[in-house]
Amino acid sequence: MKYVLLICTPVGGEELSPAEIADDPRFTSYIEEVRGRDLMRGGARLRPSSDATTVRVQGDEVLLSDGPFVESKEYVAGIDIIEVADLDEAISLASRHPAALAGGSVEVRPVWE
Amino acid sequence: MPDVEEAVAAAFREEWGQVVATLIRVTGDWDLAEECAQDAFAQALDRWRRDGIPRRPGAWLTTTARNRALDVLRREAVGAAKLREAAVLGRDEGPYDPEYDGDDSGVEDDRLRLLFTCCHPALPIEARVALTLRTLAGLTTPEIARAFLVPEATMAQRLVRAKKKIRNAGIPYRVPPAHLLPERTTGVLGVVYLLFNEGYAATSGADLVRTNLCAEAIRLARVLARLMPDEPEVLGLLALLLLHDARRGTRVDADGELVTLEDQDRTAWDQLEIDEGAALLETALRRGRPGPYQIQAAIAACHTTAPTAADTDWADIAGLYGELERFVPSAVVRLNRAVAVGMAEHPDAGLELVAELERSGELADYHLLPATRADLLRRSGRTAEAAEAYGRALELVENAAERRFLERRLAGLRPGG
Repeated sequence: MKYVLLICTPVGGEELSPAEIADDPRFTSYIEEVRGRDLMRGGARLRPSSDATTVRVQGDEVLLSDGPFVESKEYVAGIDIIEVADLDEAISLASRHPAALAGGSVEVRPVWE
Repeated sequence: MPDVEEAVAAAFREEWGQVVATLIRVTGDWDLAEECAQDAFAQALDRWRRDGIPRRPGAWLTTTARNRALDVLRREAVGAAKLREAAVLGRDEGPYDPEYDGDDSGVEDDRLRLLFTCCHPALPIEARVALTLRTLAGLTTPEIARAFLVPEATMAQRLVRAKKKIRNAGIPYRVPPAHLLPERTTGVLGVVYLLFNEGYAATSGADLVRTNLCAEAIRLARVLARLMPDEPEVLGLLALLLLHDARRGTRVDADGELVTLEDQDRTAWDQLEIDEGAALLETALRRGRPGPYQIQAAIAACHTTAPTAADTDWADIAGLYGELERFVPSAVVRLNRAVAVGMAEHPDAGLELVAELERSGELADYHLLPATRADLLRRSGRTAEAAEAYGRALELVENAAERRFLERRLAGLRPGG
């Protein structure tokens, strides 16, 4: 089954760039495992929510607002698309994600196929 | 022939969960499994009247339900893959053999698989309880709705959503692998305990469906104890439920008023349950791996084995609560320990612990905190302070029977009261 892991980190927490992540030993061991087992089907590191723009349309009018569509204590810092046997495997992977270990959270969402 | 009806009713109690559990494994379809199980029980009424009651009703029912599922799947083109799977699994188990009287362990594994799946932590807790009662215990949706005091439509929706999530989120149908087992077992035990408490808390008006929850919880704990005989906490839970259940009938009087442990009629306690619970606890403790359920069972055993309230070994109980605190570091456990210390030593020693809890502010809105202080003050003869504490407890209490109990205690403090 395919799952998307929404990697959420606390607002105001550390914001590692993709280059920094690539050099961070916490991430490299995780990434190696995921690649080694060929579980990764895609993903992206997202810039912080302060760089977000939210678009809404009301009638003919396009409304823009700065920031994410909901203000919260955590924001989506990245997504991983994985393919594993079942939810337990997805949970096990999510529970070892460096962001989860560093006080963030990971929302596990099955892909609607 | 009333004995056939009786046999089917008995088979329903004993075998429903197993039939459904096997059918889910074979078809991978929860709704189909329930439908076919229902169908098999309906057929049993006719066929057993005609052909006699089979020697192994469970195997007969499983085979009948499986054949029905194969029929349904055969008619659905969609079911082709499932059908192959089911046919293969069916062949592995062999046809129903009325003479076969052998090992049932594979079948029992299915029930365990079902229980672990129903209690998966990705499901909301209310859904775990409801799904366990529906699929494993065979309670109907209206019965479960009544037991949990929610409208039938709400309960039906809860069950549908849970089954949908199992399918859509890919919750595996299995007993978790060894590295997940301890934490998942804790979750399963938690559901069974919750189920029991839900029934146990039903006091006045003793709705039969609600007290029936106690019986269901004990039945599930028995299944677990049979399937996981090496898990001391599983035995500990069963022991705990039996020891609590032994006192169930004496917790309220004829008028539905609460009766404290001290004033309960000990001769009316269920001695068989007490003996069984105590023996189970002993077996569990011999494993040398204590846990919260074993400790709570040991505390319950201290009460149930004391010939009179005055014989209660409160020092032992205080020690056990101290041990429980290591596993469950909660303020409620500390409050219970305060009671035990107050009874074992002097009310003042208990009051000191209560004061500590009050300073921590953890149980600020919990009526049993001032109620405990009130009781210890009463025992200490400090009537005016006790009255004040009862007043505070009455401001916080919500349950009507508990409120009346506190009011009686408060009235009892007055001279001549």
